[in-house]
Amino acid sequence: MSITAPRPMDRAALAPVIARTPLARLRWAAADGWTVTLRGLTHWVREPGTLIGSLAFPVMMVLMFGYFFGGAMQVPGGGNYREFLVPGMFVMTMVFGMGETVTAVAADKNRGVTSRFRTMPMAPSAVVVGRAVTDMLSSLLALAVLFATGLAIGWEAHGTLGETTLAVGLLLLLRFALVWAGIYLGLLMKGPEGITMVQTLEFPIGFLTSAFVAPSTMPGWLGTIAEWNPLSSTVLAVRELFGNPGFGGDSWIAQHALLMAVVWPVVLCAVFFPLSVRRFRNLTS
Amino acid sequence: MDPTSTAVLAEGLRKRYGDRYALDGFDLRVPAGTVHGLLGPNGAGKTTSVGILSTLLKADGGRAEVAGHDVARQAAEVRASIGLVGQYAAVDEVLSGRQNLVMFGRLHHLSPAAARRRADELLEHFRLADTGKKPLKEYSGGMRRRLDLAASMVLAPPVLFLDEPTTGLDPRSRGEVWEAVRSLVDTGTTVLLTTQYLEEADQLADAVSVIDSGKVIAEGTPDELKSRIGGDRIDVVVRRADQLPAAAAALEQVCADRPDTDHDTRRISARVKDRTSALAGIVRALDAAGVAAEDIALRRPTLDEVFLHLTGTATATATGSGASGGTGDGAREAVAA
Ligand SMILES: Nc1ncnc2c1ncn2[C@@H]1O[C@H](COP(=O)(O)OP(=O)(O)OP(=O)(O)O)[C@@H](O)[C@H]1O
Ligand SMILES: [Mg+2]
Repeated sequence: MSITAPRPMDRAALAPVIARTPLARLRWAAADGWTVTLRGLTHWVREPGTLIGSLAFPVMMVLMFGYFFGGAMQVPGGGNYREFLVPGMFVMTMVFGMGETVTAVAADKNRGVTSRFRTMPMAPSAVVVGRAVTDMLSSLLALAVLFATGLAIGWEAHGTLGETTLAVGLLLLLRFALVWAGIYLGLLMKGPEGITMVQTLEFPIGFLTSAFVAPSTMPGWLGTIAEWNPLSSTVLAVRELFGNPGFGGDSWIAQHALLMAVVWPVVLCAVFFPLSVRRFRNLTS
Repeated sequence: MDPTSTAVLAEGLRKRYGDRYALDGFDLRVPAGTVHGLLGPNGAGKTTSVGILSTLLKADGGRAEVAGHDVARQAAEVRASIGLVGQYAAVDEVLSGRQNLVMFGRLHHLSPAAARRRADELLEHFRLADTGKKPLKEYSGGMRRRLDLAASMVLAPPVLFLDEPTTGLDPRSRGEVWEAVRSLVDTGTTVLLTTQYLEEADQLADAVSVIDSGKVIAEGTPDELKSRIGGDRIDVVVRRADQLPAAAAALEQVCADRPDTDHDTRRISARVKDRTSALAGIVRALDAAGVAAEDIALRRPTLDEVFLHLTGTATATATGSGASGGTGDGAREAVAA
């Protein structure tokens, strides 16, 4: 008798478990979400190159901007450009993370792994929960590396411990919103061209904020777009909380950065979460 | 599952993409514990029907039940009863074969220890034990396919869907896949298998549905189907091209209908009624006509021939003869002419 054919008593042991009570469903959803998260973490161990690359990229950017262009940059109201730049790079790191979400989601979809998950008796939420947790962890790691780099090049968090924690919280809130945008975009992607496009668009969208230069130095209309870019609110809010130069401004949006750094991500979640769920349910491939 | 019950039931399934119907009134009934083959050419609707039955796609019309559960209203129950091997291997490329199987075991809610044990059993069975630690990227197509199959058998599901499981495999791997399917069927699993190979259906299936343009156009046991399409075929390759007419004339006396001649390969092929007596008769007739044959071979009809016979559409559209359904022989002759 072959090994694949389970002995009769094994057949019962291999019977699938269907969660019937809400509590059981919740427990399995957590367990399945953790299994999918472990898969993401195993990827880090087996292919550390990808993770190292994504940790090194923001560091490289901050060194490049801080030292190559830094001398030519004017911080409005005066101040050290590197102090101005590092909070912007924190936000950009969250944006680059979205590219990773898109890539991972699209790869699973196009290779049929998502379809396989969808035919299994696992909690449907686990696929996205696992993705979200993995990506949040990798972003947390990237923030830590950039934090250390910032300290090494003369940036400082001047605020209280509470303010610093709040700043990190706002960054992660933004990343959480971008997870859902990334999942939605990833599920839309038909092939690798789309991913390249998303990764290319990250730059103009990132430059069109207050991350690298103050919007007041841009042409009027462009400056307005940059100020209203949802990323700018988080940039200004964390500058304020870290006590770095370059926050505040004349416009309403600039004066309410802290509020908007919460509102924008919540709006993004409200848009992309239902879109992603719908897309996930109606996938045709 | 009750052996007399129906494991898979589809009634008038319809699925539309744009203004075309990929499924257009698809009916199917698979008794529990049997293997059912879905035979059809590219674009017939095989993957679409498997997609609806495995809860991946929503039907635009009709209804379907798998293991007694409605696929639309009881998707969770259906998912707990099925395994699916998609047309393209769907496994994690970075993880090792073993890590893949352990993950799928965990997601099927096996305990960590049971998931590991099951992974090792499956690797052993599919001859993947020594490559179990390698990442999937380094697997060959056949190894990947076998792992894919193993992943769908983690729980020995009551109903297993296989979408062209052996396309692109070498004969040995193909035999192993068949073996694995048979051993699963021995434990009571019902299998719905799509394929483009009549031989595969022949090897595995208790019954076959031939599907074209989203509809079942013929149904029966493999033997019934083959006799409906005219039984086996004989190919004779002659040594010299100028002997083709003489050989064709000789074959016509013994065979069931007019032989087709292919000048390029110096091959004549015809339908035979009875395998063994036909072979002896053909050898005698060729001898009498003084034709030197390079090769004589009896073979099963190909899927192409089944289709030409059953529908006539593939060639009817190509040759513009407009024949639909009815006499496949006319279409076949049109092709040969
Ligand atoms: N996502 C989709 N969008 C649009 N059309 C589709 C989609 N999926 C399938 N189709 C169309 O539906 C029809 C049936 O496709 P299906 O994949 O079910 O065929 P199949 O029998 O599995 O073919 P193959 O042997 O090539 O795998 C085809 O005409 C195909 O072009
Ligand atoms: Mg297909």
